[in-house]
Amino acid sequence: MSILTEEQARAILTKVVALSKADECTAQLTGSIDGNIRFALNNISTSGVITNSDLAVQVAFGKRVGTATINQFDDASLERAVRRAEDLARLAPENPEFVPAVAKQVYKPSPTFSAATAAIDPEYRAKVAGDSITACKAEKLIAAGFLQDGQSYVAFANSKGNFGYQRASSMDYTCTVRSEDGRGSGWVGRSLQDSSAFSASTDIRTGIRKASASVDARALEPGKYTVILEPAAAAGLISFMMNFFDARQADEGRSFLSKKGGGNKVGEQVYDPRVNFTADPWAPGAAVMPWDEEGLPREAMPIIKDGKIVNLNYSRYWAQKQGKRAVGSPGNLLMAGGTKSTADLIRGTERGILVSRTWYIRMVDPQTVLLTGLTRDGTFYIENGEIKYPVKNFRFNESPVIMLNNIDELGKPVRVAGDESSLVMMIPPMKLRDFTFTSLSDAV
Amino acid sequence: MHRRDFLAASGLALGSGVLPTFLGRAIAAEELVSTIDVAVKKRLADAALNAAKSAGASYCDVRVGRYLRQFVITREKNVENVVSTESTGVGVRVIADGAWGFSASNEMTVDAVANAAKLATAIAKANAKSQTAPVRLAPTPGVGEVSWRTPVKKNAMAVPLKEKVDLLLGVNAAATDAGASFVNSILFLVNEQKYFASSDGSYIDQDVHRIWAPLTVTAIDKATGKFRTREGLSAPMGMGFEYLDGAASGKFVSPNGVVNYGLSYDMKEDAIAAAKQAQAKLKAPSVKPGKYDLVLDPSHTWLTIHESVGHPLELDRVLGYEANYAGTSFVTLDKVKQRFQYGSPEVSIVADKTQYGSLGAVGYDDEGVKTKKWDLIRDGKLVDLEAIRDQAHIIGKSASDGCCYADNWANVQFQRMPNVSLEAGKKKQSVADMIAGVENGIYIIGDGSFSIDQQRYNAQFGGQLFYEIKNGKITQQIEDVAYQIRTPEFWNACVGVCDASDYRMGGSFFDGKGQPSQVSTVSHGSSTARFNGINVINTARSLG
Repeated sequence: MSILTEEQARAILTKVVALSKADECTAQLTGSIDGNIRFALNNISTSGVITNSDLAVQVAFGKRVGTATINQFDDASLERAVRRAEDLARLAPENPEFVPAVAKQVYKPSPTFSAATAAIDPEYRAKVAGDSITACKAEKLIAAGFLQDGQSYVAFANSKGNFGYQRASSMDYTCTVRSEDGRGSGWVGRSLQDSSAFSASTDIRTGIRKASASVDARALEPGKYTVILEPAAAAGLISFMMNFFDARQADEGRSFLSKKGGGNKVGEQVYDPRVNFTADPWAPGAAVMPWDEEGLPREAMPIIKDGKIVNLNYSRYWAQKQGKRAVGSPGNLLMAGGTKSTADLIRGTERGILVSRTWYIRMVDPQTVLLTGLTRDGTFYIENGEIKYPVKNFRFNESPVIMLNNIDELGKPVRVAGDESSLVMMIPPMKLRDFTFTSLSDAV
Repeated sequence: MHRRDFLAASGLALGSGVLPTFLGRAIAAEELVSTIDVAVKKRLADAALNAAKSAGASYCDVRVGRYLRQFVITREKNVENVVSTESTGVGVRVIADGAWGFSASNEMTVDAVANAAKLATAIAKANAKSQTAPVRLAPTPGVGEVSWRTPVKKNAMAVPLKEKVDLLLGVNAAATDAGASFVNSILFLVNEQKYFASSDGSYIDQDVHRIWAPLTVTAIDKATGKFRTREGLSAPMGMGFEYLDGAASGKFVSPNGVVNYGLSYDMKEDAIAAAKQAQAKLKAPSVKPGKYDLVLDPSHTWLTIHESVGHPLELDRVLGYEANYAGTSFVTLDKVKQRFQYGSPEVSIVADKTQYGSLGAVGYDDEGVKTKKWDLIRDGKLVDLEAIRDQAHIIGKSASDGCCYADNWANVQFQRMPNVSLEAGKKKQSVADMIAGVENGIYIIGDGSFSIDQQRYNAQFGGQLFYEIKNGKITQQIEDVAYQIRTPEFWNACVGVCDASDYRMGGSFFDGKGQPSQVSTVSHGSSTARFNGINVINTARSLG
């Protein structure tokens, strides 16, 4: 029951919308099957499968809105959900920022579903854990990891005749590899839509290599360094910055994209001219749903072009107020780069520091998007194009805005999942000047 | 970690769409004051216990849960959203063939619950094949049929919505009148109705209440493009609506007039102060980096305790079970045996799952263990860790510490941080006394930016309000302050803690751990404390 076909979903949604006596009604069905396996200390610790489905109904009388959800789909339950939403709407205060339901749209499907990922079963998960553990044990290393896979669908309809349905799948694998004496630590992470491109026994070699190579780290003085951030290391800083690409925040004067005296920085040069960000729901390997959370169609669009701000996110309310066209807010972030791998960037570096991963990134000052966080799981000193030795981890205090003005070179983008971001991202490895490390960490 | 989920929920207020599933189903406000009949819960629990036993489980526990939440979200003159949600279901955990198995169902029928118990047993038997050592549970006596309730004076769920909306809009108006450019205020109410039963013979019915009233005031200088925020100085609490009464007994006035709060919060008063202080931040001089003696208010210190003491003393992190997510710990089992000098003799830190008003207070934990208070650090020396039933034997304990928790019926319970607090100083000392002895220092109030490494050594903290101290006197408000620490050096630099008359708690609704990730709520108490010679950096930057 948890994954409905388009016809099944349409039948339920049509029934729900017809039941409502409110001025307008939007109904959304979601269903998912998520599997996971967790391992630590070279043993499987937990595994499970969680199935879930929900129907949410939102109705409006004038500017009064009510929402109800339910996970039973018989006729009586559907009617109960609609009546409950209507009751809540009648009691709700008027929302002065109310915007009517989205009109009928045409959504161009995006390739978010992979049959191979949806077919992952407990044996597959056990094998991923087993392959990771076996490889680490053979090298006298300790593996702790997590595989999470899932398939889902979203379907919605409203009283204006709008309808959408699409399925999706995803898998995320991470593994931390540590030496038995705790002096070395490595990490590997893969985020994929199609699991057929994944092999734990191959990918785990990255974690193993970094764990072994990071033993006996030397201390370097904190300060400004040329760094090569691997895509996973850069993604955490960049996704944090994207939280501030909101037009209302900028227009209200509380964003780094606010302009002195009022307005926002659309059209202004904010980054190095080599910085280009786009969003594209149909991007191969990084596809996302062709609509956003409000049901607005997403578009392929530039966000930053040649270092200039092109597009900010407008909620439908703010777009209407500012006389702008509201577009679906992006679900992915594609940063353009070059053709070089991380290894190529290292070969072209006279002196610098390779950062495999960043951790516990938090906002220090929203005025400048100053972020703090730490390096972990493989930080190395580079000299004359080669990794010379591992170095102790650093705390950084750096703004991604400043960082993206200090670019030496960008490599080839790869798909990464942010630890704390829902964006699907394609991020290149990047060589940057004057990256600010402010203290050393003893953590391995 | 899960602040994102909360923010996503708040974002709904902007009229975006439908509820995220983590909140559970939306319900009418009137349903928030009801409970499920205990007899019904016992019948479901017995069905699971019997089914697990028949299927071959050697141990079984059942959690019948009803988790209620209410959000009221406002900005300036607008109520952006009101959401009331409910999530109900049953989680069954068993040991079979020496391994754990878990299964959960949202169907509240005898058949569904019995099936969940059978499935959990089957999973346990499958897991047993790759288990290297059987689970060892520390004994816990069955307690029969008992109940516990957060000692609330006013059930927040029963307070009419209009009263809540009026409170928040009144707060917003007061802040705006005091010069705020923007103000956001929220009420977040939680009621966990948890019924626990186990094959040890316990049937425990608990009714747990929590409240949080965060606010953010923003001040903007349009001419310069500068903006500053000041967050509210309240704490999330394990209390009812009485927390918002604004009683005089809950107010703690700093030597420079800043009002801080204990077991009662005056939201409107704080919003007015926030508006004024946010404007003052726009003009405050930037800190000169260097070594300072820090005087830390409890509204700030809770987060430093949380990150640099609470987390590194979690036994699962010490052992390596959290290596791939929350991280490990610089603390080792050897350090506990050797009574590691964690802090100065001024530092005594206790774990306490019974403390009145705290977020972690319950009568029994989520594996039926009666809660207690115990020492973690005594006179600076590390003496103990935080352990649950299947971990106790690893550190030679005969019983669990009673700090097992699951954030929902659908998630398996595991070791979580209890309330961890710095004991008040034994000698009589006020905040004014403490500041009078500081030559070159900074007085920090409120929590701000926070970040710590995966072994809990290197941390950096900001705050809400910073005041320069020169020659025993508070001179001026300053900005752009963050301090960096190495955990043992920091706690060994503690030279004094004010007495119990200054003791207050702070806390978090969103302590994240585990994969799939779960959140926990936890409080941390302290009196104002002084730390000498701490490295302060300047966080101001220019974007050109």
